[in-house]
Amino acid sequence: MFGWLTQTAALSALNLRSLPRRPGTAAVAMSGIAALTGVFAGVLSMASGFEKTMEGTGQEDVALVLRSGSTAELNSRFDGEQANVIRFAPGIARDAAGEPEVSAELFWIVNAVGKSSGTEANVALRGIQPNGYSLRNNYRLAEGREFTPGRFELIVGRGARNQFVGLEPGQTIRFGKTEWLVTGMFETGGSVFESELWCDVNVLQSAYQLGNGFQVVRARVDGPDGRLRLEEALGDDQRLSVDVWSEKQFYSDQAEDTAALITTIGLPVSVLMGIGAVFAALNAMYASIAARARELATLRAVGFGSFPTALATLLESVVLAFLGGVLGCAIAWFALNGFQASTLAASFSQVVFNFAVTPDLLARGIVAALIVGLVGGIFPAVRAATAQVTAALREL
Amino acid sequence: MNRFTLIWRNLWRKPIRTVFTMLAILVVFFLFTLLEGLRIAFSLSDVGPAAEERLLSSHKVSLIMMLPVAYESRIARLGGIEAVSHGTWFGARYQDNPEFAQYPVVAEQYLALNPEIKLDEEQRQAWLGNRMGAIVGRPVANQYGWEVGDRVPLKSSIWTRNNGSDVWEFDIEGIFDDTDAGMNAGVVLFHYDYFDEARAFGKGTVGWYVSKGDGSVPLNELMDSIDAEFANSPAETKTNTEAAFAQEYAQQFGNIGLIVTLILAAVVFMILLVTGHTMAQSVRERIHEMGVLKTLGFTSGSIFGLTVVEGLLLVLPVGILAMALGWGALALVAGFMGAMFPAGLHIGTYSIVLGLALMLAISLGSVLPPVIRALRLDIVALLRTS
Repeated sequence: MFGWLTQTAALSALNLRSLPRRPGTAAVAMSGIAALTGVFAGVLSMASGFEKTMEGTGQEDVALVLRSGSTAELNSRFDGEQANVIRFAPGIARDAAGEPEVSAELFWIVNAVGKSSGTEANVALRGIQPNGYSLRNNYRLAEGREFTPGRFELIVGRGARNQFVGLEPGQTIRFGKTEWLVTGMFETGGSVFESELWCDVNVLQSAYQLGNGFQVVRARVDGPDGRLRLEEALGDDQRLSVDVWSEKQFYSDQAEDTAALITTIGLPVSVLMGIGAVFAALNAMYASIAARARELATLRAVGFGSFPTALATLLESVVLAFLGGVLGCAIAWFALNGFQASTLAASFSQVVFNFAVTPDLLARGIVAALIVGLVGGIFPAVRAATAQVTAALREL
Repeated sequence: MNRFTLIWRNLWRKPIRTVFTMLAILVVFFLFTLLEGLRIAFSLSDVGPAAEERLLSSHKVSLIMMLPVAYESRIARLGGIEAVSHGTWFGARYQDNPEFAQYPVVAEQYLALNPEIKLDEEQRQAWLGNRMGAIVGRPVANQYGWEVGDRVPLKSSIWTRNNGSDVWEFDIEGIFDDTDAGMNAGVVLFHYDYFDEARAFGKGTVGWYVSKGDGSVPLNELMDSIDAEFANSPAETKTNTEAAFAQEYAQQFGNIGLIVTLILAAVVFMILLVTGHTMAQSVRERIHEMGVLKTLGFTSGSIFGLTVVEGLLLVLPVGILAMALGWGALALVAGFMGAMFPAGLHIGTYSIVLGLALMLAISLGSVLPPVIRALRLDIVALLRTS
């Protein structure tokens, strides 16, 4: 009853062991599929890396207050008086000394030269208040010291330092008319903030003649309903026209456009490549069975059934596809995982992120490869099983 | 039976293999064309000839900083300047669509400086006569279904009005074509006076200046003289040609372009390998027949010719068809996304040359080695191969 099973096993073993004698065919089927998987994993790892950076940014218990209608910090603005109204609004947590946990900030854009491109790029220079540090839970000074309030000093995020020229601690860098001393480097667990430069908000105001203006107020909210209370209070205030965001929501919204762009380009490309790979695999498998036509016919003449012959051929295709998929994944992993890149994000500034070739992506890549192997193997398998034994034996 | 029949029969001797090889080539060159179109669109490397001539001056420190409107007359007074105008990023979106380009401009000045904007004279007069009037590039009008006479609300993410609202209304007075398919192709232009009066902050400032030389001073000297004019002022400028500005901006997307290029390379690698192998195999299979042909009196040269032509026939027609289909697909996508790709999506001469070169490389690279090797053998050796 399991005769066909043993037959399939025997035929498959024969097929697979003879693969090294057909290196060309095997290599062609495999490399087509490897290219497909590599591109698939590569493109999606870019999207997933960008999303990971954006979604790793922001905390649920931190609220972002922006001018009503602004979708980015850059476009928001209010004056010092309004910032003060927000600072003492209900719903905001107080620290041990009874002061509101608030940082009114400026989000400015300066030009820095990219290390790989050699051209100028928009880099975010953020002015913060003392609470700015603690409002980012995972903030850590990794090198040097923090900037001194009141001085033209700044600290740089790890990503910014890696991507742009002249941001080593101890160096000075000129933006327009002012020269800034880089005093240290910070980390925030790989979030967007690591793409930024931070300085004292008052120094930034004077450097760019911004008066007592701010662009965003960050506040830790008091309890689970804190943000709601803050939103209600600010909504009722005639002096303000603002939106209250959850910091986490804000950054995942910002991720959407760029990640969607990468995916809308990447997915159709992968599908098309997959179709191309199917044709390539079909050709390779047809060639493989054509080359062994007499061998297959002999086997069937000595009693191997057509179903096991078909199954063994299909299996060969799937095994080749699997090997190709693994190869493609390995290339994507070694070449791209952790590769640091930066792009202009919704904030109109450079966001530094690492390609993330996640296990999930690898699994999807392998599944895609297996599908190609199945589709590419099924017709040749039928052909192998239905070929006229006598005709095949007479061939050649 | 003439030679072409011979080639044709040979090409289809294994129809399944031929069809699959052709389909693979079709898919890959289709993909190649799409990716080339995207790469060119994202690199902003093709913004039209007028953009090479015009100068763009922005704030030296950062693109987001504004310049005083008074700079206009100072630039105009510089030696060698023929005309100057200005624009400002308005940063608005229509309904829930993505943000696209709109500039408040001084109408006559801007049109004079951008002659590639082709606007009907009647519509031009109507625009000049309506304070709330705006003109819009055809791709955007098509995507959003705007027609002359419509009043459209745009929601700016930057500029609020005196009354606190960020929704601005405009009357569409004209729809223009950009004959350069360049930077202006998908923009909404409206009156600076209306904008400046109604905005809640930033009055008296503009985003950038566009100027054009009269030809008496070389462009790079003109750039230097503009920047020198405002050196050591609170708002220093950085001047470049419009085209260079666009490319520098495109650089900011940086690695995305690189990734597209890498995908292209992977695609090309794959097709080279796969079709190359199959075609080479098909040549190897008929070494025996080449012996027969030689016995019949075919010269090595003519056998060589037959095989090469067959190789080209397998790749070129399908490859060219694929590129044409890709071209069509790009146009289709651009049509649906006029606001995102106002200048359309297209491939350049370079892409076409590269595509044809790849087709030749695939066909010749796979056919030549086996056929040359075969033709070195004499008839007896050829016939002896099975």
